[in-house]
Amino acid sequence: MTGGAAERVAVATDQDVVRVRQLVRTVAVAVKLSLVDQTKLVTAASELARNTLVYGGGGTVEVTRVDNGRRSGIRIVFADKGPGIPDLDLALTDGYTTGGGLGLGLSGARRLVDEFDIETAVGEGTTISVTKWCR
Amino acid sequence: MALSSDRSGRFADLLKGHEDAIVASWTDAVAASLRGRLSQAELYRQASELQRGFQAAFDGGAQDLEDDAAAELRAQLSELSSTRARQGFTANETAVSVFTLKDAVLRVLDEGEGADAAVLREYVAFSSFVDRAGLFTFDSYTRAREELIADQAEQLLELSTPVVKLWEGVVAVPLVGTLDSARAQVVMERLLETLVETGSPYAIIDITGVPAVDTQVAQHILKTVVAARLMGADCIISGIRPQIAQTIVALGIEFGDIATKSSLADALRHVLRMTGDKVAQKPRREG
Repeated sequence: MTGGAAERVAVATDQDVVRVRQLVRTVAVAVKLSLVDQTKLVTAASELARNTLVYGGGGTVEVTRVDNGRRSGIRIVFADKGPGIPDLDLALTDGYTTGGGLGLGLSGARRLVDEFDIETAVGEGTTISVTKWCR
Repeated sequence: MALSSDRSGRFADLLKGHEDAIVASWTDAVAASLRGRLSQAELYRQASELQRGFQAAFDGGAQDLEDDAAAELRAQLSELSSTRARQGFTANETAVSVFTLKDAVLRVLDEGEGADAAVLREYVAFSSFVDRAGLFTFDSYTRAREELIADQAEQLLELSTPVVKLWEGVVAVPLVGTLDSARAQVVMERLLETLVETGSPYAIIDITGVPAVDTQVAQHILKTVVAARLMGADCIISGIRPQIAQTIVALGIEFGDIATKSSLADALRHVLRMTGDKVAQKPRREG
């Protein structure tokens, strides 16, 4: 699998979440994702970037074009050095929230992408990597 | 290089003694850098005011721009910067307006007693004072520009959230762009106010122009709908495009018993049908 150049956005304010969304949309158009998949990926990126900001206290988002030989796609990595997630299963339950939201961001984002990886350690931070492939 | 108090006194004398010559030559230098975008008379007025500001600062024994004696001068510089920022001049052009004072003074010195070492040392000290004044202008300019941008962002917020009366008893909010918390708040307030003003029992929230509906956007919309309901108005969400519908389903957002339509026209027809309006009874007769 080969990857293209990564584009990195620091997430520290609400405006940065908008920038992440715009960057993801630009790259999604460039790899020719369908309109539905573009919208799904942008929405997932919006959720996860906001989680990085709200729960992780800010961090970075890295957007990379990837290619596994058969299909091209996009990988987005959200990294923060926040408090981490103590109970991952609970956090991935629909409707569970600690921040007053709908509690669908993390679990919903997982349903919006093709691959979803999460690494978290309490006190060390959380890294979430998602990939969406062209159909 | 800081100024000593007797030096600043001498500068005050120098500026006072050659007031006309300095202001004239300063005006010329600034006019050249701005290439006629401000009138000579306007520049002359600004230059003579600033020149008097510098004079007063040195007279008061100012050794640094941060001194109390220079407070008036700082105010003048801020004023100049924000005016220039609003007039659309660059930071560079604004700062040059101050830096050129050095050229003006140098010209006066040249015509005077000639450049011996003492005069040169004084000039260097004076020059660094003007440099600080120029940098201060730069700072104020940036601040003024930032305020300008913040003002415009606020205006944009107002502009981008109109509530329109669509029909007798029906108001609509066409949302365009990103719906962040600040905008959602404005939308909700506007909608609720308009509902009261127009006495409308129906409100349509159109999200055709919202590029992505994530959980935050959905939550804002849901809250707005609940608030409108508390006031006795019924809300319909329209403009749900296919890709948005699929995303909402995948995310798991539920709009419950809130009516949703794919287009604003459908939403209006839905409302008219509920109210028994005759236009809706025979919607496609002419077609």
